[in-house]
Amino acid sequence: MATAKEIVSFKDVAKIYRGRAAVTDVNITIKEGEFVCFIGTSGSGKTTTMRMINRMLEPTKGTIIFKGKNIKKYDPVKLRRTIGYVIQNNGLMPHMTIKDNITLVPKLLKWSQEKMDQKARELIKLAELPENYLDMFPAELSGGQQQRIGVVRALAADQDIILMDEPFGALDPITRDNLQDLVKHLQETLGKTIVFVTHDMDEALKLATHIVILDGGKVIQDDTPDNILQHPANNFVKNLLGEERLLQAQQDTLSVGDIMSKNPAHITLGKSLSEAIWEMSRHHVDSLLVTDDSKKLKGYIDLETINDHYAKDLSVSDIYANNLIKVRANSYLRDTSERILKQGYKYVPVVDSDNTLIGIVTRASLVNVVFDAIWGKDELENPEDANLPASITEGSEKA
Amino acid sequence: MIGFLNSHGSELIIKTWEQIYIAGFSILLGVIVAVPLGVLLTRFPKTAKYVMSITSMLQTIPSLALLALMIPIFGIGKLPSIVALFIYSLLPILRNTYIGMAKVNRNLVDAAKGMGMTTMQSILKVEIPMAMPIIMSGVRLSTIYVISWSTLASYIGAGGLGDFIFNGLNLYNPSLIIGGTIPVTILAILADYLLGKLEKRITPATKRSEA
Repeated sequence: MATAKEIVSFKDVAKIYRGRAAVTDVNITIKEGEFVCFIGTSGSGKTTTMRMINRMLEPTKGTIIFKGKNIKKYDPVKLRRTIGYVIQNNGLMPHMTIKDNITLVPKLLKWSQEKMDQKARELIKLAELPENYLDMFPAELSGGQQQRIGVVRALAADQDIILMDEPFGALDPITRDNLQDLVKHLQETLGKTIVFVTHDMDEALKLATHIVILDGGKVIQDDTPDNILQHPANNFVKNLLGEERLLQAQQDTLSVGDIMSKNPAHITLGKSLSEAIWEMSRHHVDSLLVTDDSKKLKGYIDLETINDHYAKDLSVSDIYANNLIKVRANSYLRDTSERILKQGYKYVPVVDSDNTLIGIVTRASLVNVVFDAIWGKDELENPEDANLPASITEGSEKA
Repeated sequence: MIGFLNSHGSELIIKTWEQIYIAGFSILLGVIVAVPLGVLLTRFPKTAKYVMSITSMLQTIPSLALLALMIPIFGIGKLPSIVALFIYSLLPILRNTYIGMAKVNRNLVDAAKGMGMTTMQSILKVEIPMAMPIIMSGVRLSTIYVISWSTLASYIGAGGLGDFIFNGLNLYNPSLIIGGTIPVTILAILADYLLGKLEKRITPATKRSEA
C-alpha cells in the first residue's frame, strides 16, 4: 500500500461560495486501492471536497491532480465517465430498466450492444441479484436492491476510482450493513479506489483504510483508522469517535506483555512432589507451571493430581500435564482475554519465542484492565498482584 | 338533423377540416416554440420569471381582441388566426414544460451529470422523459382551448366551424349554431383522447406492466 501510486491529490484547495468558505486549505493525497472516508458533520465540507474530484464543483483556489494531471486539463464530461459516482437515494433512472441503468455510462461511451449485455450480466452477479432483474424497473426493487444496482453501476465502465456520497444514509441498519459488506468486498477483490463520504463513524471505521476528518471546511485529521483511534488530533475528533471507541481502541492494542504478571509460581521437572506441595503452599496456589531447568515451559501440575498420585518417589516430571494453552507476550490482549473469559481458563502462561516462561495472565490481571478503563490507572497500581498466587487461589474457588 | 346534414353535409366536412387545420397548426407551432423555450428557461431561472409573466399577460388579452389586433399586421384569413391562436397556446405549454422540468428530481440530474452525460444528453434522456406527463398535460390543455377558440377565427375570415355558428347567430337559425357547436365539441374531445393515447406512448414506462 505504501508504494501505491497517487491517484488524486488536493493541493491547497479551497471552495468559496459567495464569500463564504465551504472548504479551505485542503491537502489530501489518495493512493490507488485506498478506501478513503471523508467524515464530518453536515456543513463540514466533506461532500464539497468529494464533488471537486469529478468537477461537479470547481475549486476556487488550489489544484487537484488526477492521475498525474491537473483536473482542469480534462474535459469534465470525459473525466466523469472515468470516475464512478454513487449518490444517496441511488440516482437510478426510474424510466430505464435495470440493464439500461447499469449500462448507462457504457452507452455514453458507445460500447457495442453485445459488450454491454455481457457487462450487465456480469455486474448483476456482482450485486448478488438474479439475472432476470435486468429487465425490471427500479421501482420494482427494494431500496437496498436499488442501491446495490447503484453501486455496481459505478463499475460498469471499469472506472478505477469511485465516489460515493453517503450512499447508504437512507437505508435501514441491516440493509446498510449488507451493502457495506458488498462495497468492501468489491473494493478488496477488484482493487478499486473508493472515496466515500459519510457522517457515520462506525461506517468509516468498518470500511476505510484511510480516514479524512473534516470540520468547518478544514481537514482536522488525515490518517489511518488505527492511528486516528490511537492519537485523535483534538477534542472534536475524540467526540466524533466517542468515549467507548477510544477505550476499546486502547484495549485493542494492549498486548499480553503489557498486563502479564511476571515471575509466576513455577517448579522445575526434576523436583519431587513434596517440594511441589511446599511451593504451592508458599505461594498460596493450587497449581504450578512446570518448566525445565532452562525455564522452558513444559506444562502444569495441580494439587488434585498430586493428591491422586502421591508417592514419595515420584517427581513432578512423572505426573505433570502438558495440555496447556499458552500465549506470546506480543500477541494482542483482545484475543487472549476472549480465551480466558469465554473458555473458562483460570490463567494463561506467557512465553517468549523460545517457549521460555516469562509471565502469566490471570483473571485478576484482566480485571485490573477493566478497572483501569473505568476508574483510571493511578489508584489501582498494585505491585503485589504481580505475584500470581493469590489470583490462582481466587480462581480455583470458583472452579 | 338529417335535414341539416343533407343541406350542409359537404360544407360541414370542409369547415371541420379548416378548423382542424387552424387549430392543429397553432398547436404544432406552440409545441415547437414553447417546449424548447420552457427547457431553455429552466437553465435561466431569473429570465424565466419575466418570460412567464409576459406570456401570462398575453393570455389576458381577450381572444376576440387578439384576433382583431392581428388584422392590421397580417390582414384577414388563416394566417392571422393561426398566429393569434399560437400565442394563446404558448402559455400552458410553456408553463407546464418549465414546471415539469423544474420538478425533475435533482438527484437524477445530479447522477446524470456525475456519470458523464452532457447537458444535452441529460435533457433529452433524463429530464424531458421524466417531465413528459406534465408537458403533455400542458399540450392537452392548450389543444382544447385552441380548438374551441378557433371558432372565433371565422370572425376574421379564417373559415372553420365558426362560420356555421356565426351564420346561425346572424340568421337566427339554431340548427346552424348547434350544427357548428357539436362538431367543435366532438373535435375537442377526440383531440384530447388521442393526445391522451400519445401521452401514454411517449411517457416512458417505470413498471414492466406499463411497458
